[in-house]
Amino acid sequence: MSTRPAPPISPDVSPMVSMDMITKTFPGVKALDEVKLNLYPGQVTALVGENGAGKSTTVKILTGIYQPNGGTIRIDGDSISFASPNDAAKAGITAIHQETVLFDELSVAENIYIGHAPRMRFGLIDTAQMHRSAAKLLAHIGAPFSSHTHLRDLGIANKHLVAIARALSVDARVVIMDEPTAALSHKEIEELYELVETLKSQGKAILFISHKFDEIFRIADRYTVFRDGAFVGDGRIDDISEGDLVTMMVGRSVDQIFPQSDHDIGDEVLKVVGYEHPTEFADINFSLNKGEILGFYGLVGAGRSEFMQALFGITKPSKGVCRVNGDIKVIRSPADAVSNGIVYVPEDRGKQGAVIGLPIFQNITLPSLSKTSRSGFLKLAEEFKLAREYSQRLDLRAASLDQDVGNLSGGNQQKVVIAKWLATQPQVIILDEPTKGIDIGSKAAVHEFMSELAAQGLSVIMVSSEIPEIIGMSDRVIVMRDGRIAAELTKDELSPETLVRHAAGITSPTEGAAA
Amino acid sequence: MTDATQTRHVPDRLNSRATRIFKSWEALLLAVAIAIFVINSFASPYFLSAWNLSDATFNFTEKAMIAFAMALLIISGEIDLSVASIIALASTAMGLALQYGAGTPELVIIGLTVGVLCGAFNGFFVTVLGLPSIVVTIGTMSLFRGISFIILGDDAFRGYPSSFSWFGQGYIYWVFTVEMLLFVIIAIIYGVLLHKTNFGRAVYAIGNNPTGALFSGIRVQRVKFILFLLTGLMSGIAAVCLTSRLGSTRPSIATGMELEVVTMVVLGGVNILGGSGTIPGVVIAAFVMGLVTFGLGLLNVPGIVMSIFIGLLLIGVIALPRLWAMAAARRTS
Repeated sequence: MSTRPAPPISPDVSPMVSMDMITKTFPGVKALDEVKLNLYPGQVTALVGENGAGKSTTVKILTGIYQPNGGTIRIDGDSISFASPNDAAKAGITAIHQETVLFDELSVAENIYIGHAPRMRFGLIDTAQMHRSAAKLLAHIGAPFSSHTHLRDLGIANKHLVAIARALSVDARVVIMDEPTAALSHKEIEELYELVETLKSQGKAILFISHKFDEIFRIADRYTVFRDGAFVGDGRIDDISEGDLVTMMVGRSVDQIFPQSDHDIGDEVLKVVGYEHPTEFADINFSLNKGEILGFYGLVGAGRSEFMQALFGITKPSKGVCRVNGDIKVIRSPADAVSNGIVYVPEDRGKQGAVIGLPIFQNITLPSLSKTSRSGFLKLAEEFKLAREYSQRLDLRAASLDQDVGNLSGGNQQKVVIAKWLATQPQVIILDEPTKGIDIGSKAAVHEFMSELAAQGLSVIMVSSEIPEIIGMSDRVIVMRDGRIAAELTKDELSPETLVRHAAGITSPTEGAAA
Repeated sequence: MTDATQTRHVPDRLNSRATRIFKSWEALLLAVAIAIFVINSFASPYFLSAWNLSDATFNFTEKAMIAFAMALLIISGEIDLSVASIIALASTAMGLALQYGAGTPELVIIGLTVGVLCGAFNGFFVTVLGLPSIVVTIGTMSLFRGISFIILGDDAFRGYPSSFSWFGQGYIYWVFTVEMLLFVIIAIIYGVLLHKTNFGRAVYAIGNNPTGALFSGIRVQRVKFILFLLTGLMSGIAAVCLTSRLGSTRPSIATGMELEVVTMVVLGGVNILGGSGTIPGVVIAAFVMGLVTFGLGLLNVPGIVMSIFIGLLLIGVIALPRLWAMAAARRTS
């Protein structure tokens, strides 16, 4: 314990924070296995790894939410331990989380200073001082709203700025940013980069977690790579190429090219005629063929998810007919959709996809219970058989099949949700943003799996906001704008420019009016 | 990611069946029940008498019948606080029918029908209109009993036929009562329904994540409606038993029973927020509550002190695993 770890790369700066041999276990899972991580003053360290690599666990240990089972954390060379998030805050560590907890009914200033508001006599909150300080902070980060604004009136991106202001309101030495750009627009991301530069010049140590490689190479000075809860390597960002970093992260080189499967497209499976909803969408007509991957592209709010949920029976369309294999089917509930072979993998897997609290095998068999049971009575052996088959097919990583699905990482939860639907042997599978928020290695696996499914004759509807994914995967693309179909494009017509033009409703003078 | 060629093996279960049972809430509760039994048998010389113990079961059989249906309802994330008022209304309806010369079979049919209708009334507001069940059933708690008060005022219906008294006062064999038989049959039916059927699995899924259950193709509102019907039906059965045992109907019948039913369910290890709990747990909880009140009764402890005891028992038994975990955490650190 007496020797300080030698600064691994640069002899001139010693780390402000150094985590060494940190281990954290949960029942049945080793989340971190003797990892190390160093953060240097005035530098940005990017923590890189796939989903389930242990990044979030590391953040929770640094912020005192979890206590490690082993290893040491040193700040300025002194060994410390955090018994609670409060201790970590006192040590000057602050975090901007993936999903920040904010309070909708409070003002921006109250959100920023909750828990450490400036006080007057008798412990009353000094509201005037609080708003002055908050206004200064907001100006500092270029937030376009007042400290008096109610949080509920702000959009997601501005809420994120509040979270950042909150993190800066404590006099932090170490700032942790856990996917800070996930919800931000291009312009806001640029502003965030400037903010990061300011923090660097103030000598703060920054831990930056992101799945986006362009971001990492843009602002990070150093990198640390974790894989499956273990330390893989670290170094200066200037000394490594993007490809090498990816290889370190996934343990193999990732084929960035989308799988080229020559799946045969068969007869029409699904035909949607005149689907309409009072507020969300109107006049939706299209058909889907056997073995086809049909992409749905559009901006956020174009009504894609709303339409898909109507097709799946969650909401009721005011008009419209749906034909499955030529027969008119009335879909009034998800149960109707499932019995007609239409299944839906929602974007919000924690809330809509998985039933957290139930074990993995029960999640997988939930829609297939009529198959694994006899006249309404459960048959556990059959359930385990089905769950085993599909969890193997999707390469599920779990301690056991009777483990709570809530203990799995996001990517593995997604696998459970997909397994659940494949077990029903559907004809049409709707995937709503299937790769959102999952890392590059899992993404490739999802893409490969999708084309495998299509090759086996399953029809896939893929809602995605990622242009490379839409272009790389789809046999045909429908672009939606303001709740209507703006264009239907064949594979040959696909280009990023065309997609964006139709989605945004820009008419190009050279090619005539948009469809 | 490991090699794609290597198939990952995920075991079905980590803990053996014996470990799971040993570590369960039910095992703890059973230990409490045995302890209470032993303490009681030392505390009072009258406790270990077959006839006394048989009498003691009346303390819990009627409540437990409702508790089984309530357990499913609470696991699904809903609650019905109107059960005692349903008993009052069903009993009043039977008494009214009696005035018009209804015989025993008609009385039973009326009692059960009123129970089911009350359950349907609650279920309609919760599942069709989407109102919170705690609010709806607090409302119907006053409504149902209010109707009974309007019909009966200070009066009481008496003069039930002697064949009707079989349900609440009859014996099947030796010390075994009709109610005890009903309790056993209903416990088995609910145990099978919750733990061995697709319906039971749907109840757990809804309780853990109603949105996720809906998105998995479960007919959430239909399942909940059925649960309200079942709770109403069980209240109807309890109304028949209780009316038969008392031999009369007053509008104050079964006052406060809803909280005792909920206490029994929670003591049985059902999470009040929904999602978990078992029927064996509720069965043991029924015995625990029955033994405690009976034991204290033999020692001439007044009713109000008894309720203090039940309250402490509930908090104590629920706090025990938490205290245990805290002590374990302190030992390891």
